[in-house]
Amino acid sequence: MKELSLNILDIAQNSIRARATNVDIILKEDAETLTITVSDNGCGMKADFLKRVTDPFSTTRTTRKVGLGLPFFKMEAEMTGGSLDITSKSEEEHEDHGTVVTARFFKNHIDYIPLGNIIDTVCTLIHGAEEVDFLFLHEYGERSVMLSTREMREMLGDEVPLSSPEVLAWAREYLTEGYAELYR
Amino acid sequence: MKSLAELSAIREKMKGKIALREGSSDTRIVVGMATCGIAAGARPVLNAFVEEINNAGLVGDVTVTQTGCIGICQYEPVVEIYAPGKEKVTYVKMTPEKAREVVEKHIKNGVVISEYTIGNSKL
Ligand SMILES: Nc1ncnc2c1ncn2[C@@H]1O[C@H](COP(=O)(O)OP(=O)(O)O)[C@@H](O)[C@H]1O
Ligand SMILES: [Mg+2]
Repeated sequence: MKELSLNILDIAQNSIRARATNVDIILKEDAETLTITVSDNGCGMKADFLKRVTDPFSTTRTTRKVGLGLPFFKMEAEMTGGSLDITSKSEEEHEDHGTVVTARFFKNHIDYIPLGNIIDTVCTLIHGAEEVDFLFLHEYGERSVMLSTREMREMLGDEVPLSSPEVLAWAREYLTEGYAELYR
Repeated sequence: MKSLAELSAIREKMKGKIALREGSSDTRIVVGMATCGIAAGARPVLNAFVEEINNAGLVGDVTVTQTGCIGICQYEPVVEIYAPGKEKVTYVKMTPEKAREVVEKHIKNGVVISEYTIGNSKL
């Protein structure tokens, strides 16, 4: 991927496909590091499957074609000297099921891929958020940008969909202002 | 400063209009947003469609939606257009520029741009 924000969009799609109703996307950044956490309350994964998704080249890959989203993300983190961790509780085994994907990046490493257009990613997620709530939070030092579709829905009522152009335009401006402050 | 409170103003402004919008929506533009689609540039394609449909004043008539893997990775970004009584049209290797052209010619004027469809794509 050309931007980490594209990976975030891709990883969030995994949560949607896992039938999550809540997806939290949290970025914690300082001068040297960026930590991206995507957590959901979706169907989760069982331990033996989890081992395989993080390494598509492992020999346990037999029956199922393993995807590229998580391996890409892992590789991009490791290229900077960082890491990727996944913890997951499957719905078969746990009441409080869900998945947490955490990727750590060293920003000053030559192979660090820039975050890119994160506002586009968040707006794309809001556009597709018919059946799921997103919480987006980006902390940079003491400052932060936050947007929650639940809070948006509370203001909008049941009638106005999140995918309305008026709402998306508002979200884009809100985030643009927020980011101007964040990186001030 | 932008605030969440502005959303209730949007809600007020749109009262009554939404029902009209939803009822008549019959053309669907579906953008594939799986890993290969995203890597190939599906995000700006999706946003170009959303923007152009809005600019064209077609929000009630045309919906833009996202889907997972359409299953033809080498052709990504892939966009499918469904319209009542018409066969599905699959556009491949899309860009924001092509998306704007598709809205102008296909969506507004009903002319399929066969050059961009799957049957005509050279790999
Ligand atoms: N958040 C999640 N919840 C449940 N299962 C997941 C989640 N993320 C990934 N998976 C599982 O791991 C597999 C591999 O994910 P990924 O590497 O993104 O490839 P792909 O999405 O193309 O299959 C998915 O198909 C899914 O079965
Ligand atoms: Mg995936």
